[in-house]
Amino acid sequence: MTSALLVRDLTVSFRGSVLVDGVAFGIAAGERVALLGASGSGKSLTASALLGQLPAGMRVEGSMRVSGRDAPLGGQGRAGAGDFAAVYQDPATALNPMVRLGRQLTIPLRKAGLSASAARDKAAVLLISVGITDPGRVLSGYSGELSGGQLQRVCIALALACRSTVLIADEPTTALDVISQAKVLDVLMQGSGTANSMLFITHDLAVAAALCTRALVMHSGRIVEQGPMDRLLAEPEHSYTRQLVGAAHAGANAFALEAGA
Amino acid sequence: MSTELRASNLSFGYRSHGLWRRGRAVTALEEASLSVAAGESTGLVGSSGSGKSTLVRTLLALEKPATGTVEIDGRPVRPGSASSLRWYRRLVQYVPQNPAGSLDPRMTVHELLLEPLKQLHVRGDHRSMVRQALERVDLEPGHLGRRPRDLSGGQNQRVAIARALVTSPRILLADEPVSGLDLPLRNTVLTVLDRLVRRDGLGLLFVSHDLAAVAQLCTRTMVLSAGRIVEQGVTSEVLARPRHSSTRELVASVPRLPASGGTR
Repeated sequence: MTSALLVRDLTVSFRGSVLVDGVAFGIAAGERVALLGASGSGKSLTASALLGQLPAGMRVEGSMRVSGRDAPLGGQGRAGAGDFAAVYQDPATALNPMVRLGRQLTIPLRKAGLSASAARDKAAVLLISVGITDPGRVLSGYSGELSGGQLQRVCIALALACRSTVLIADEPTTALDVISQAKVLDVLMQGSGTANSMLFITHDLAVAAALCTRALVMHSGRIVEQGPMDRLLAEPEHSYTRQLVGAAHAGANAFALEAGA
Repeated sequence: MSTELRASNLSFGYRSHGLWRRGRAVTALEEASLSVAAGESTGLVGSSGSGKSTLVRTLLALEKPATGTVEIDGRPVRPGSASSLRWYRRLVQYVPQNPAGSLDPRMTVHELLLEPLKQLHVRGDHRSMVRQALERVDLEPGHLGRRPRDLSGGQNQRVAIARALVTSPRILLADEPVSGLDLPLRNTVLTVLDRLVRRDGLGLLFVSHDLAAVAQLCTRTMVLSAGRIVEQGVTSEVLARPRHSSTRELVASVPRLPASGGTR
């Protein structure tokens, strides 16, 4: 089976200091993979390199294949149309506050060849699929009128509208409260079931475990451990993974103890 | 003397600002009553927009409630000039969510910790107060010369806590103090807060939407929904037998780790 994404020897450096060091991984079609690590471990830089969105002055080396085709990496030009869609931590800054949400959502659909009315219908269907019950109101409204959780779901609808091969979600629930987080995770779970493979970047192990079947653990720019999520939780090997799993269990145990779950 | 911060029947409303349309009236707090006592840690949970931050701002005398009162040991507290509230600021301190945004990046840790002592006209040996505050959050004297950008997120959050502690307050109001932190760092901050309550007898109001953190830290839990305190009690009772639908939704939304080797 072809991998949806195959990354080899990805190295990102800035003025001689290596920030991402020889990162290599693959994501199978339809697979959801978590990229775990502390702040500053290089998770988001890895994502930026894949998306061709590294800050100016960063040096990128390595290679990448998307659906079996070679794709440009990092500074070598933007990824091909349809390769990636991205969802970021702060949905409020991801959307244009001055443009109606309907217009923003239909842009990728129109680009894919749909007529204006077909694109609008499809946008409404996408909004319903991410759990927005009144798509008409949302489509004719602006981003400032929605809550953070609703906005993030609109961003996911927008990402799904792109029908990309790989969805890169960079801490998409970190800014949300626990109820909105659960809804967004639900949507990501269903949305990715259709076609997308997913790279889910987070520092929250419980959230990653809820969504992903496999995990990569980054520490100081390197992938120090990777494997099935179950194995990682049961037998973490690297010291950082052990710390992460220990901390997650401390929280989960306290909760289970108090909630009697 | 055991200190108690008490709020009775707080109500607060405002008009939201629409971008193009007229904002609508929002009730942020409705008849909220609570107490935070020294030596007790109370969790305040609720989804975004439930009124948690408005409640904290009102308790800090930054907002004037439409109705209701805030008092500490029977003495009323109302918004007012900085000088009229100095006595209150020494007793009740605040720990913010985002230390990166709340700590002046140009100041050293030493300068950051001295500032509240100067602002609140605290008399005494400032040098030793700063050292003690630093010790209480597990930071070293070596950190005094550093600036926020030289420290990790967890260390900066502990600087923010030390800054709140330096005036020897009796009550801490902490608004989402761990939600921006990585899991291992989060635990270092929770450990510090737990010790402040258990060993040093501070009163803590811990505002969070992270029920796992609340379960780790708080003996009592209050649930805020649409500006009302809809449920409160012993944490294990509230989490194990949630009565209100908002509490049930919160409890059900906590991501669970699949059972594995580490679970008890």
